[in-house]
Amino acid sequence: MEAAIYVENVSHKFGGRIALDSITLQVMPGEMYGLLGPNGSGKTTLFRMLCTMLPPDHGRIRLMDKNASASAVRANIGVVFQHPSLDARLTVLENLRHQGHLYGLKGRPLSQRIEELLDMMTLTDRAKDRVEVLSGGLQRRVELCKSLLHHPEVLIFDEPCTGLDPGARRRFWDDLDILRRTYGTTLVLTTHFIEEAERCDRIGILDRGRLIAEGSPEELKRTVGREVITLETRDPKGLQLQIEKIVRRDSQIIDGQVRIACDKGQQLLAQLYPLLQEKVQAMTLSVPTLEDVFVQRTGHGFQVEDL
Amino acid sequence: MRMAFWLPVVSLWRRELVRFARDRNRLFGAIGQPLVFWLLLGAGFEKSFAPQGIASGYLEYIYPGILLLILLFTAIFSTISVIEDRREGFMQSVLVAPVSRIGLVLGKVLGGGTLAFLESLIFLVFLIFLDIPISIASLGLTLIFLAVMGIALTALGFAIAWQASSTAGFHAVMNLLLFPMWVLSGAFFPAEGASRWLAYLMAINPLTYGMDGLRQSLYLTTSGANTHLWFCAIISVAFAALTLSAAVWQVYRIKN
Repeated sequence: MEAAIYVENVSHKFGGRIALDSITLQVMPGEMYGLLGPNGSGKTTLFRMLCTMLPPDHGRIRLMDKNASASAVRANIGVVFQHPSLDARLTVLENLRHQGHLYGLKGRPLSQRIEELLDMMTLTDRAKDRVEVLSGGLQRRVELCKSLLHHPEVLIFDEPCTGLDPGARRRFWDDLDILRRTYGTTLVLTTHFIEEAERCDRIGILDRGRLIAEGSPEELKRTVGREVITLETRDPKGLQLQIEKIVRRDSQIIDGQVRIACDKGQQLLAQLYPLLQEKVQAMTLSVPTLEDVFVQRTGHGFQVEDL
Repeated sequence: MRMAFWLPVVSLWRRELVRFARDRNRLFGAIGQPLVFWLLLGAGFEKSFAPQGIASGYLEYIYPGILLLILLFTAIFSTISVIEDRREGFMQSVLVAPVSRIGLVLGKVLGGGTLAFLESLIFLVFLIFLDIPISIASLGLTLIFLAVMGIALTALGFAIAWQASSTAGFHAVMNLLLFPMWVLSGAFFPAEGASRWLAYLMAINPLTYGMDGLRQSLYLTTSGANTHLWFCAIISVAFAALTLSAAVWQVYRIKN
């Protein structure tokens, strides 16, 4: 099957700083693809390239066939930005009409399309309200309508749930499900929330400009092992040496905790149990999360700020 | 194809007008300050200012200058929003839409230019208090100069705002470039009485020719048209074309 998006060997620098380093990935039609990474990992740079705002220094990004012009690509993508792109002084309807005009839609077909989308997002009774009086969650839904007016094949989101309360977040994900069922749209989103990445069909994990892992969340978690043991301690270095002596296993120190990826966690836990009295404050056995995948591949914690 | 170009332009243009109509503060903001300026400066300098070759008082001398100031203020008000709009607001979605960059600039600049023109029209009502004989020709030519300068100044504001990283930076440019350009346009004092280096600066200031053209249009009935008026018109149209090109160039140039 032909991919909906090809990112081929893309690198980019801002001044001397490397923002993206040889990224290659593909997104299949109808797929929901997540770009997961902490702040400063390069995901927003990649987002800007995908929505044609920033041409890469090296490499290529292809949406549709290779000869498509920027404006042909633009006509086929919908974009939802992290910061609101609605005009707060205009009404919902005025915002949507204006957006339609940008894509050459007008008159009856445009009105019908707006009606259809407002109905889908249950916004019909707010159509005449000015955007400034709507809640953050409602505004996000208007943004979603706005990005869908021209029937885009690919929808691209930057940090879609930033600033939304839990209820609005849940609603947003439900909306995406409706959208995928109705139109089969390909979705790409950037996020720094592990829980959001878990919902994607496939994810690419970015760290300091590099793609360090790619696959479905289940696949990626399986590579870590079946279980993860986390030990809380005041002396991680000393504990690490002791663990090596007792069970002959590699461990990692992340945010002052010692982590061991393993397959038979219960046995290992029993072996380590004696340490609990002297060195260890708490032991946790859990199934791996995407954060564990990140930790294992990078050797550092997920919530690092831009270094 | 023609339709596809103009539809977004008209839509962007209309947005400027709707926003303006919904914001009472802006309506009075752009005209209130120049009006106060006019009355205070006009009354203050009335006796002490005697420009060469002009029999009237200062209130009348500075009147066309205040018209230009209104155009400048409205241009600044309507382009300052571009700074935030581009990075974290409305303009983001225009930039990823299949809209030509020229169309984007035209929509925004024609919108802001229309507002500047309309604001200056309101101020034109005060002509009835001045002793300037008005004919259809003089009024028509005045309106043309107001429209051209309104577009030129809005395009200039746009080109500056597009590259500004903050509103504070834009204010600095306004104080150091735009406002001095107005002062040195002949709006405030004529070049004839100024020191030589200042007169030189005034001669290379493109606003001088817009200002002069506006002044000559207002007095068309008494002094008639001459070649200098046409020279002013040509420079002003060229200035508008230049600032529009600068605005388009900025939108193509800045990608981050």
